[in-house]
Amino acid sequence: MIILEEVNRIFSVGGQEVRALDGINLQVKPGEYISIMGPSGSGKSTLLNLLGLLDRPTSGRYLLSGSDVTGLDDKQSARIRNKTIGFVFQFFHLIPRLSAVQNIELPLLLAGIPPRKRREKSTAIINDFGLFERRHHKPEELSGGQRQRVAIARAVINSPSLLLADEPTGNLDSKSGLDIITLLEALNQQGLTLIVVTHDLEIGSRARRRIHFLDGRIVADS
Amino acid sequence: MRTADILSFAWISLAAGRVRSLLTLLAMSIGVAAVVVLTGVGEGARQYVVGQFSSLGTNLVIILPGRSETSSGSPSTFIGETPRDLTIGDAVALQRLPTVKLQAPVVAGESGIARKGLERRVPVLGTTASLLSIRHLHLAAGRFLPPGDPRQSRAVCVLGVKVRQELFGAQPAVGRLVRIGEHRCRVIGVLASEGRSLGLDTQEMVVVPVAFAQMLFDTEKLFRILIEGRGRAELDRLKQQVLALLTRRHHGERDVTIITQDSVLATFDRIFSMLTLTVAGIAGISLAVAGILIMNVMLVSISRRTSEIGLLKAVGASNSAVVRLIVTEALLLAGVGGLLGLGLGLIAGRLVEQIYPDLSAAPPLWAVGAALGTALLTGLLFSLLPARRAARLDPVLSLAKR
Repeated sequence: MIILEEVNRIFSVGGQEVRALDGINLQVKPGEYISIMGPSGSGKSTLLNLLGLLDRPTSGRYLLSGSDVTGLDDKQSARIRNKTIGFVFQFFHLIPRLSAVQNIELPLLLAGIPPRKRREKSTAIINDFGLFERRHHKPEELSGGQRQRVAIARAVINSPSLLLADEPTGNLDSKSGLDIITLLEALNQQGLTLIVVTHDLEIGSRARRRIHFLDGRIVADS
Repeated sequence: MRTADILSFAWISLAAGRVRSLLTLLAMSIGVAAVVVLTGVGEGARQYVVGQFSSLGTNLVIILPGRSETSSGSPSTFIGETPRDLTIGDAVALQRLPTVKLQAPVVAGESGIARKGLERRVPVLGTTASLLSIRHLHLAAGRFLPPGDPRQSRAVCVLGVKVRQELFGAQPAVGRLVRIGEHRCRVIGVLASEGRSLGLDTQEMVVVPVAFAQMLFDTEKLFRILIEGRGRAELDRLKQQVLALLTRRHHGERDVTIITQDSVLATFDRIFSMLTLTVAGIAGISLAVAGILIMNVMLVSISRRTSEIGLLKAVGASNSAVVRLIVTEALLLAGVGGLLGLGLGLIAGRLVEQIYPDLSAAPPLWAVGAALGTALLTGLLFSLLPARRAARLDPVLSLAKR
């Protein structure tokens, strides 16, 4: 599914080079459930952004589903983000003006799918995620757990094969946090490759494969 | 993305910043309205002036004795012959040209006019019945000079209003006798007050038959001949025919000058078109200001929505899609503002027409098109910068914000 070969990511901050990722080699098989842990600034978020094609490696190669995506142009990588990758963020990133359904349908909207088809897909997911009652509410009228559910629905509505979650429970109380991680795990059970970045040991230890980061390197992979 | 979706997304975004959007809309519509009203009024003024000129007689051709050039290479200069005078015979001959509708010979001079011891000096115009129609004069009382052979001298006159007032006061003048120079003369009509004609105030003028004036001033020559052509299109042909005829009558000598009002009219036309354009240009500046406002709105809205733009990219918006979204928002603002402004401008034009019914304030079609076009163009131009800035936003950084 994912192959990273000697991936480096170097930022220059105030004229000084910072190696956020330092010679990363990583292979992920389809359907895996991986947690990435480590102190802040260790490079785990940078890795997630690279995997999600929001950022590019300074050097090295990234193969996604067998094809090299390192040098894709903006249009091509936008397409892959739309079709094959789903994102879940700590702060949900829902658009405040749009209702829950409209937020969920956003990837379909960007893909140019006609309204009726959008509605069909979103209705199915809304029912699955138990959001039917709240589908016309604006994000501010939803609880944190509900907002993250909407965000996850948005991430998977285009049936991606890779789901990237950056601290998905970081902004939730422990009960809704558990709720959300179980939802993500259920999606993984259905075959979705799931990569979760987290500070939370309890959440991180739930994954079958745990990767630890320190100073831009993988220090443990089990 | 589908166009309808882009539009509705842009609409929702604009609706979210309602006050900002409305203010920009207002600025845009004022700019467009200004262009529409000012060009409308300018164009109306131009048409008004042209119309006034036409009513004065744009088909008017004036013939003066003598060539306008100071030196002519003709033999007459050497012989010392003065240019041949224009005569009544010339005027009568001109009437036979197919392009000439009416002609009026004019003799001008100054003479005393007296009645019962009241006397004053007035400009006297000797002419024929046709002048009334050629110069669009009107009568306050009585009738104008009778038609007939212009060579026949009749002792009748038509007075200007002021002359009548001074000689007769409140009494009726038509039918009474006055003395012009040494000749007794019957008043047959009074001119309505009309302003100036041929550089003379019609209110202070006395009109007599041309032969009478020649006798009065003891001269054969005409001051000028006025001609009304059959149509504006034929004025050039008329000029050529007149010139050919008079040259033949004057033994091959080109010794007259022909003036048309067309050249004057064309100048006015140019001046007013220029003026309208200038005014439109000034109004256009307010459109540019509106454009800058749009840019400001877009910049503010982008800086408030950085995380949203990051999110759009994360869920699959390409840079060009982001540009399209932002530009669409601006175009929507500009377009709606433009249409509002057009409506506003047309209403204002109607108001102007209510106040000045003589003036048509309907904006020319090109101005409407130009105003709307400029509105959209400024919307486009001034949103490109914010849009490109949005597209360049690093999604990683913008998503790191809450």
